[in-house]
Amino acid sequence: MFPEYDVIVVGAGHAGCEAAVAAANMGSRVLLATMNMNTIAQMSCNPAMGGVAKGQIVREIDALGGYSGIVTDHTMVQFRMLNKSKGPAMWSPRAQSDRMLFAAKWRKMLEENALIDFWQEMISGLIVEGNVCKGVMTGIGLEIRSKSVVLTNGTFLNGLIHIGEKQFGGGRAGERASTGITEQLVGLGFEAGRMKTGTPPRVDGRTLDYSKMELQPGDENPSKFSFSDTPQAKKQLPCHVTYTNPDVHEYLKTGFDRSPMFNGRIRGLGPRYCPSIEDKIDRFADKDRHQLFVEPEGWDTCEIYVNGFSSSLPEDVQFNALRKVAGFENMKMFRPGYAIEYDFFQPTQLYNSLETKLVKSLFFAGQINGTTGYEEAACQGLMAGINAHQSVQEKEAFVLKRSDAYIGVLIDDLVNKGTKEPYRMFTSRAEYRILLRQDNADIRLTPIAQELGMNHLENRIQRVEQKLTNQEEISKFVHNLSVKPEEVNDYLNEIGSAPLKQQVKLASVLSRPHINLPEIRSHITALDQKLNDYDEETILLSEVSLKYSGYIKREQELVEKMNRLEEVKLKDDMIYDDIQSLSSEAREKLKQIRPKTIGQASRISGVSPSDISVLLIQVGR
Amino acid sequence: MHSDTIIAIATGPGQGAIGVIRLSGPKAISICDEFFFGRNLVKAEGNTVHYGKIKNEDDEILDECLATLFRAPRSYTKEDIVELSCHGSPFILSEIVQLFIRQGVRQAQPGEFTMRAFLNGQLDLAQAEAVSDLIASENKAAHSIAMQQMRGGFSDQIKDLREQLIHFASMIELELDFGEEDVEFANRNDLTELVGKIQRLVLELLHSFKLGNVIKNGVTTVIAGKPNAGKSTLLNALLNEERAIVSNIPGTTRDTIEEVLNVKGIPFRLVDTAGIREATDTIEAIGVTRTKEKIEQSSIVIYLIDTSNTSPNMLWQELSELNVHPDQLVVILNKMDLNPYTDIASYQKETLIKSDHIISASALNKMNVPYIKDKLYELVLADQSLQGQTVVSNHRHYDALFHTNEALDRVVIGINDGVSSDFIAMDIRSASHHLGEITGDISTDDLLEKIFSSFCIGK
Repeated sequence: MFPEYDVIVVGAGHAGCEAAVAAANMGSRVLLATMNMNTIAQMSCNPAMGGVAKGQIVREIDALGGYSGIVTDHTMVQFRMLNKSKGPAMWSPRAQSDRMLFAAKWRKMLEENALIDFWQEMISGLIVEGNVCKGVMTGIGLEIRSKSVVLTNGTFLNGLIHIGEKQFGGGRAGERASTGITEQLVGLGFEAGRMKTGTPPRVDGRTLDYSKMELQPGDENPSKFSFSDTPQAKKQLPCHVTYTNPDVHEYLKTGFDRSPMFNGRIRGLGPRYCPSIEDKIDRFADKDRHQLFVEPEGWDTCEIYVNGFSSSLPEDVQFNALRKVAGFENMKMFRPGYAIEYDFFQPTQLYNSLETKLVKSLFFAGQINGTTGYEEAACQGLMAGINAHQSVQEKEAFVLKRSDAYIGVLIDDLVNKGTKEPYRMFTSRAEYRILLRQDNADIRLTPIAQELGMNHLENRIQRVEQKLTNQEEISKFVHNLSVKPEEVNDYLNEIGSAPLKQQVKLASVLSRPHINLPEIRSHITALDQKLNDYDEETILLSEVSLKYSGYIKREQELVEKMNRLEEVKLKDDMIYDDIQSLSSEAREKLKQIRPKTIGQASRISGVSPSDISVLLIQVGR
Repeated sequence: MHSDTIIAIATGPGQGAIGVIRLSGPKAISICDEFFFGRNLVKAEGNTVHYGKIKNEDDEILDECLATLFRAPRSYTKEDIVELSCHGSPFILSEIVQLFIRQGVRQAQPGEFTMRAFLNGQLDLAQAEAVSDLIASENKAAHSIAMQQMRGGFSDQIKDLREQLIHFASMIELELDFGEEDVEFANRNDLTELVGKIQRLVLELLHSFKLGNVIKNGVTTVIAGKPNAGKSTLLNALLNEERAIVSNIPGTTRDTIEEVLNVKGIPFRLVDTAGIREATDTIEAIGVTRTKEKIEQSSIVIYLIDTSNTSPNMLWQELSELNVHPDQLVVILNKMDLNPYTDIASYQKETLIKSDHIISASALNKMNVPYIKDKLYELVLADQSLQGQTVVSNHRHYDALFHTNEALDRVVIGINDGVSSDFIAMDIRSASHHLGEITGDISTDDLLEKIFSSFCIGK
């Protein structure tokens, strides 16, 4: 009934979808197995993609040939570039999508790929022969064979949903949990753990009084995620902001004794940066209000996502408390928020290809690795899909360095440090933040992906080359153009910058704080004319490279310095017990993680600089 | 090949006739050449030796030395190497090392030259194994030394500094990663104040390096007084041997004699200012200035007078000109053999020097010289400035603090210029990275921990 596939992807969420298209676009024959084909690419929580650090990841996924950016561009109801007042490394795209359109667009794009087959059933086990994964077994007892398997089970593995004192098995509201896989993996020697996450209530937008809330519109001139020719949003829906108040807090507290968070029924670890409303009130008792974002779920629905009100309190407590929020006095609820516990596997059990160390040809991506967030899941799916293909082709694993991409930071953190709570990306996790910007993701990554063999990137490579040529032209122009005092002094005075005494090159004016090309161009005719030939993205890239060249250069030097250690390989069969001079803690950690390079070893907690010196000596030349 | 250049004092600690400083790396020759005045080292061939002077940024001569040049790959590390053979004063060696650290050369880790030799293929595996053990042992040794040094509160201060830096970084990172959240951000003035506070601490520690060297390399003790008061004689008497007086090399910092006197385990670096004043009698003012400089750098001043020609009032005038702190001062009423009835009390009354800080002695006949030694020892024990205070005495720590300070400078400039916080964060990271070389790194986990525990984050 089934051919032997190159790659079977289990789960069709953000990680699974990206894994399937990545493997297929590399040339693998893929089977995408999901419990329910109607819930492919569900936005289980917030109907939004991107955000600080996460937006950069979506841009990177797009630059590498993944689809999350494209799907979001086609389905967005609102776009905002966050942190616009900060430096270019912080600019972070965020879009809200129409939940239904998002899922439909993903499914369409998957269906358009002839190398992807689908199968709707619960996968209950893996076929493992001699520590190599050779396929999957389904709930009704089918065997489907493949050369590799990618597990992207999300919150479904032994998922347990909590609402107040009620608890029931399930992978998502109204959907069954998946059983069997965890038990089999533990039997194979894997260490499993439990994590927890939650989601807020959905409410009826027709019953809200928006006049009591602040309006939060999208950007006037919305940008987008994909570096390809996806459309720019022509119309947008606004969001609204409102706040909790002491009455709300007092009411919520009446339900604390029935909260699974506080009475110990939830044992999994939840994310501290995505706390439930009860957690916020409990831990920050002195704050008398918390921000709530009222976000539409789509164009043609009145369903509203109450961002900031994640809760597992009893439904009546959620309902009555929410009704005390300004604008929510007559609110009707569609469904209450809930908490969900699920199995994950400590990601230190993976190589940085996302292949498991215990079972060859088996890859993990997404929440199964202890991460949270669509973007984090999607990028792991992409990498696991690529690496499943690479392993089938017996090619070297594709690994991004910390200096290449946020994706590199994420996977490196996971496999070397593991995680104690659901792992979310922050820009502060990246040591080379200035280099890993959303505006240069294509330049950083598209050529690498193209070279690796990701198809459909031919046009994109041309765009990258054109962008670089244009940047060079603008840079030259800015260095050569002389600016006369009379052209810009009025403007400089106006923004509090010292006026020019004599004619200087534009580059030196641009190097001042608070001066940027989009604003100063209107005062310099020659510049304005020149820039008319270029798109905004290229102008931004040029400006950043010119204005912050000092910082960028210093960061690049740091990368070079650190990357020397990345190039020193450690043998897979290194016997750490034989190296007397290592500290015992380092020896244990090294045995467990088995780093591939000295650089990776240096990031393992418990491995000190002196241990690294000892290793350097051992590897020799 | 390594891209940075490293430096270390290659000869053992303590006093020696010569001390060797070794630099290895791509910039070893060019950086040396900037401060080496003699043959142009950049143009010189490998395996050659050149005489010259080392001057610092202010054009002051630090030492005369011989530079031995090795060009890659024909050197121990297979990199460019310069070995500077200087005079063996730990003080001078340390000044020269600091000079190069300020130019971006990095203090070598223990065994690093050997490690480079190995990594660049100079040593074979058997030799390398020996190095491996050596490094491990040196690290342990370095660790215990460091721990000892941290006795004086150094570790507490660094820990405190780290805490403050984490706090500062967390406020910046909060603003960056959680800009969309409903949190209040620290205002720029508070940030500037905080970074100023951190920087003051770093600077304090940097300045203490001189004092740290004092303990490590000896207590600087200046012997001063008018010509013919008997300073050289006293020096010889203290050292209990005849020394050649090398006081006639004009215009260099080595125109003072430096010798180490060991009293009950405490090293005193005795500086005889005799040469200065006697060699420059035509320009007395310069001599006074130089003596004053020496005195400023010193921990203890032994001031000698010839009681046969110095009245109590003249002593008072001479002392007030020098401006020495009374706790640092020991006055020797010399030539007691010639004036056995010297009235110590009258000198004490006139100058208000504590009575036990005035000793009458005869350098020539070594009368009361042991008493002087005891006094020196007592002064060190009593001197609060040498006790309990945090002292940086390790070049690596100095190196780390120096770069921490540099990065903090950039932070301040950034804040003042209104540079956006992602760039400011970069310099804070750089600062914490350098500080981390002393304490162990500040990880982002620390930062996030701080953010989550202090601020209500999350939608």
